[in-house]
Amino acid sequence: MLLEVNELRVSYGNIKALHGLDFQIDEGEIVCIIGANGAGKSTTLKAISRMVPVEAGTKMTFQGKDLLQYQPDKVVSKLGISHVPEGRRLFENLTVTENLMLATFARRDREQIALDIKRVFSIFPRLEERQTQKSGTLSGGEQQMLAVGRAYMSGRKVMLLDEPSMGLAPLLMMSMFEALKEINSQGTTILLVEQNARLALQFASRGYVLENGHMVLEGPSKELLENPDVKKAYLGG
Amino acid sequence: MVFFQNLINALQWGSFYALIALGYSMVYSILMLFNFAHGDIFMVGAYIGFGVSTALVSLAAMGAFALPGWLILVLTIIISMFLTSFVGMIVERVGYRPLRDAPRASAAITGLMIGIILETGNLALLGAERVKFPSLIETTTYDLGGVFVTNKKIMIVLVSITLSFALHQFIRRTRWGMAMRAMAFDFAVVPLMGVPLNRMAALTFALGSALAAAAGILFGVAYPVLDPYMGILIGWKAFVAAILGGRGSVVGATLAGFLLGFIEMFVPMIFPSTLRDFIAYTIVLLILVFRPHGFFGEAYSARLRL
Repeated sequence: MLLEVNELRVSYGNIKALHGLDFQIDEGEIVCIIGANGAGKSTTLKAISRMVPVEAGTKMTFQGKDLLQYQPDKVVSKLGISHVPEGRRLFENLTVTENLMLATFARRDREQIALDIKRVFSIFPRLEERQTQKSGTLSGGEQQMLAVGRAYMSGRKVMLLDEPSMGLAPLLMMSMFEALKEINSQGTTILLVEQNARLALQFASRGYVLENGHMVLEGPSKELLENPDVKKAYLGG
Repeated sequence: MVFFQNLINALQWGSFYALIALGYSMVYSILMLFNFAHGDIFMVGAYIGFGVSTALVSLAAMGAFALPGWLILVLTIIISMFLTSFVGMIVERVGYRPLRDAPRASAAITGLMIGIILETGNLALLGAERVKFPSLIETTTYDLGGVFVTNKKIMIVLVSITLSFALHQFIRRTRWGMAMRAMAFDFAVVPLMGVPLNRMAALTFALGSALAAAAGILFGVAYPVLDPYMGILIGWKAFVAAILGGRGSVVGATLAGFLLGFIEMFVPMIFPSTLRDFIAYTIVLLILVFRPHGFFGEAYSARLRL
């Protein structure tokens, strides 16, 4: 087991966002969490990257290590868990290359960094063309590529992706998921959350369904795609 | 002639404002925080400079080493910048870090309180008697066709421009500088890049405080009498320069510091000198009315959380 989460509880003030989630991810898998707006998908990812405090009783282990012992930056730099946040959140005042290099802040392996940058540019050739441009001037699709590329540079045992399809035209969406498949085939485990449930389930091998802070269903993607409740609630009948 | 004489004085005062403004500007842009104790860090830096230089001078007098005065001054600046950076880091650690998620008003009030503690702490430690900064270099006056320039004024301007240029290069070219620029744009996402926020906050305070210490020592060279409240007015003015320069802009804060110096020195050429600050800061107020973001403010994301 790569990542094991038990009894994950998160509250914002008096509002309970997550009511004790259990899930686990194996090495090399692509897993998705689907659910409606406000179900707690983003919060789940933020809890793993330690960007929101979790309540007592929550247990998260990554490769046998207690995730809760790590500060947010160490989750990235020591454990290799990267996070593509909702809305991309690029540093628009920095160039494409600077965004990628910033993600290597804690790394000291210069040669490997150079290789990784090449790798990102081979997955997303558009970024290479725009490497000296400020990232704020990129198109929406290019920005999403850079957000994924940046996460790839920061650590790539696991990549957490928050709505990678958001704001992308269908064709771009498909090529983005192709790129993610390629990154996964190089050994990066992927956990993504999506409102676009059909797309996510076609891409992932397993899925969880999150409703109002509860995991209500889980299973292989094929089963979830056939499940009448899932069909009705998330796949438009 | 009077014009050029004022120009020289304006450059000297601009140097003080610029160096102090840089610290305000960095902390404000990177940590979304007005560090209102910064003027007092300038004061602490001047006193540390006083302590270091006095120690070096008496060691030299005891025959421990023979150093020329200018070298003692250089050593004083370097050692005091280093020591004062720790004062800044302590202020951040004790005063601001616990309040990082608190409302910004609480953090601003904390700054005011830290300022009062530094002022009165100094008073408690050293008493009410003013101390005199040792004279390390002889004043040489050059007569440039009726305009009098001293070696001290030249040194003050050169040191301040050099330090401001060095900071600019640091922010442009190093990975810490890159992280600082990223934090200025979107603080909340920076940890996801593997950047330790606390260390970056400490670094920001350390750099700003070191520059304030340099300003304090240069000030002591020009105006040797120090007192615990010397940082208040100059700190406020430097804060104005930081805002005028534009959020997070090293070039902006430096230029605005010099601009303040110019306005302050040239207003008395036309108006009675008792009206100096009144008119000078009315002008600044008008500039801000028309350019509320200052001269060079960089864009930033308004989102405070992930």
